[in-house]
Amino acid sequence: MHASELLPRDTPVRLIDQTGESHEDEEYAFPSLERLREGYRHLVLGRRINDQANALVRQGRLAVYPSSHGQEAAEVAAAMVLAEGDWLFPTYRDTVAVITRGVDPFEAFVLLRGDWHSGFDPRAHNVAPQSTPLATQLLHAVGFAHAARMRGEDTVVVALCGDGATSEGDFHEALNFAAVFHLPVVFLVQNNGYAISVPLSRQTAAPSIAHKAIGYGMRGVRVDGNDLAALLAVLGHAVETARADGGPALVEAVTYRIQSHTNADDATRYRTDAEVAPWLERDPLTRLRGWLGANGSMSDGDDAEFQAQAERVAADLRAAINDEAEPHPEDLFAYVYSTPTPQLVEQAEQLAAERRADQEAAR
Amino acid sequence: MTIAPTDPVAKQADTNGSGSASGGSTATPAAEPASATGAASATRTMTMAQALNRALADSLEADPSVVVFGEDVGVLGGVFRITDGLTARFGEQRCFDTPLAEAGIVGTAVGMAMNGMRPVVEMQFDAFAFPAFEQIVDHVAKMGNRTRGAVRLPMVIRIPYAGGIGGVEHHSDSSEAYYVHTPGLTVVSPATPQDAYGLLRAAIAFPDPVVFLEPKKLYWSTGEVDLDAPIPALGRARIARTGTDATLIAYGPSVPVALAAAEAAELEGRSLQVIDLRSLVPFDDETVCDAVRSTGRAVVIAEAPGFASMASEIAARVSERCFHHLLAPVRRVTGFDTPFAPPKLEKFYLPGVDRILDAVDDLQWEES
Repeated sequence: MHASELLPRDTPVRLIDQTGESHEDEEYAFPSLERLREGYRHLVLGRRINDQANALVRQGRLAVYPSSHGQEAAEVAAAMVLAEGDWLFPTYRDTVAVITRGVDPFEAFVLLRGDWHSGFDPRAHNVAPQSTPLATQLLHAVGFAHAARMRGEDTVVVALCGDGATSEGDFHEALNFAAVFHLPVVFLVQNNGYAISVPLSRQTAAPSIAHKAIGYGMRGVRVDGNDLAALLAVLGHAVETARADGGPALVEAVTYRIQSHTNADDATRYRTDAEVAPWLERDPLTRLRGWLGANGSMSDGDDAEFQAQAERVAADLRAAINDEAEPHPEDLFAYVYSTPTPQLVEQAEQLAAERRADQEAAR
Repeated sequence: MTIAPTDPVAKQADTNGSGSASGGSTATPAAEPASATGAASATRTMTMAQALNRALADSLEADPSVVVFGEDVGVLGGVFRITDGLTARFGEQRCFDTPLAEAGIVGTAVGMAMNGMRPVVEMQFDAFAFPAFEQIVDHVAKMGNRTRGAVRLPMVIRIPYAGGIGGVEHHSDSSEAYYVHTPGLTVVSPATPQDAYGLLRAAIAFPDPVVFLEPKKLYWSTGEVDLDAPIPALGRARIARTGTDATLIAYGPSVPVALAAAEAAELEGRSLQVIDLRSLVPFDDETVCDAVRSTGRAVVIAEAPGFASMASEIAARVSERCFHHLLAPVRRVTGFDTPFAPPKLEKFYLPGVDRILDAVDDLQWEES
């Protein structure tokens, strides 16, 4: 492959623009109507999950929530392009991707509810635990793909991170390992413009994040991160290329973090409303809803049904989070090792004795 | 057991060993497994390096999910030749070189272990493992707990560690405290070729991640290895030498030093017991405390700086659990609280026989 083929285009790949106009692309096929309708349904659910989670934090039911409001198209596409046997390696901001992949919403929120460090069995839906230390999960994704390839399996792994994580050493090592060993990994960077308060300009002087790919000898693609059609096309192409032994790819989804880093952050300290306003005009739901409506692919009644479905999921999530029993203190010791060490057995007995004494004193 | 002649401690050990007539009080390094299987087994003399190489080869042979990778472990066979010949015998798929990136090596091993493999990775030197520290502490140690046991990581991180070879800066660190302080890690260090073989086989077959600390000054030490001996369980200490007056507690590179000290003490009429921990985590409280209770005195020996160290933990545990059996305070003989010494000052830094015997002399003998 000629070096120039590894470089991204001058402008992000876009199939539906923010006015709702669709565009042909010589390289990327337009997704089917059925797939876009399905994608829109997931977007509606994703937005509802983001809203619900923010509300649950305000009510004190969740410790914190890093919202992906405005980034739902990238979240949904990352999950939708995977085949059943493929794997997703998400970050803490990717709860919507995790739920789109099929993980039960309550299980996805166990981490943020504070019951445990992860609430789902990774093997049930081929989703790794949501990773908090930046870029570290990218290496796990690479090793996972390496193991699959050693056994001759056609698994593809999609690894997620944000723009801030591209400054981490593990980002470099992961892309380098993936390229050197020619592994089926698609790295999706959601460039939402900010790492908490620090803008992209302080992360890199590269022309774009996708331009970094050429340094590793892999293809870099920039895509409009608020255009679900383009994301499905670009990520789908990268996944199938990787599956066909075409090697890894770096996809940069250009998007924007509409809300603060988490509810504990205050974005007004480092950016203006004037900066945010144009991105509200580029909202991924509004754009796809407009296009589907204009093409007669979705009626108001369909949209209302999708909203109602999302509302039911949100209601179930609320109920589960409000009603779920408290976690068990003895679990602290149960999973550290396959077989607890003698020291952990002693400490578990100590805590159990303390709790018995407390209960007796309370009588 | 003979030890590389470049090692000042080893010279001392050899001198003391040849001058000793202690006979039956000294257990040979391979005594435990050999006595379990009898004389007709596949016992041969090999170096610790050869024993480790054999353990890797036998593990690769026994289990197709075992893979070995790291820096220079392929064609070269590792800078210490521990992986010598493995690529030639098992192929590039099973033993291969990676880019020069320790976090990448450990981080991709995590992913492989998540996906059905048993990776055995080599960090080239103790201090060069630190780029991987975030992966080790945040993921290797925590994945099983995080997933409530749904995802265990059967992986081994081999680290040549500690001093005694005249290495320049960053080549002689004793880094065990960082690992033993991290819940979720199992930490092992052999002191004999027999244990190098058996414990590495055990670590590779273990369901959880193991940090396998190889005392690099002992790579060229030789001993009897019974390849047919049962694979030992991790978490059990070994009585390396029986004795009745005081207990020396050591692990890895300090075990031969402790044995040499016990030889020397015997000449002075003192019978010192030596415990080889083998496994730092899980810690064998039972064997250690039974031993200390039997003698009433204890000295803990380790190369690492003593402050907030493995030696401190052992001393604290023994003091807490054996207080009423102790005839003197538990003493620690450790490295100083300085960065590891440059080669020409190494002999002043490393705990040696004299420093151990001074500590033993200090155990309130006149009062008992």
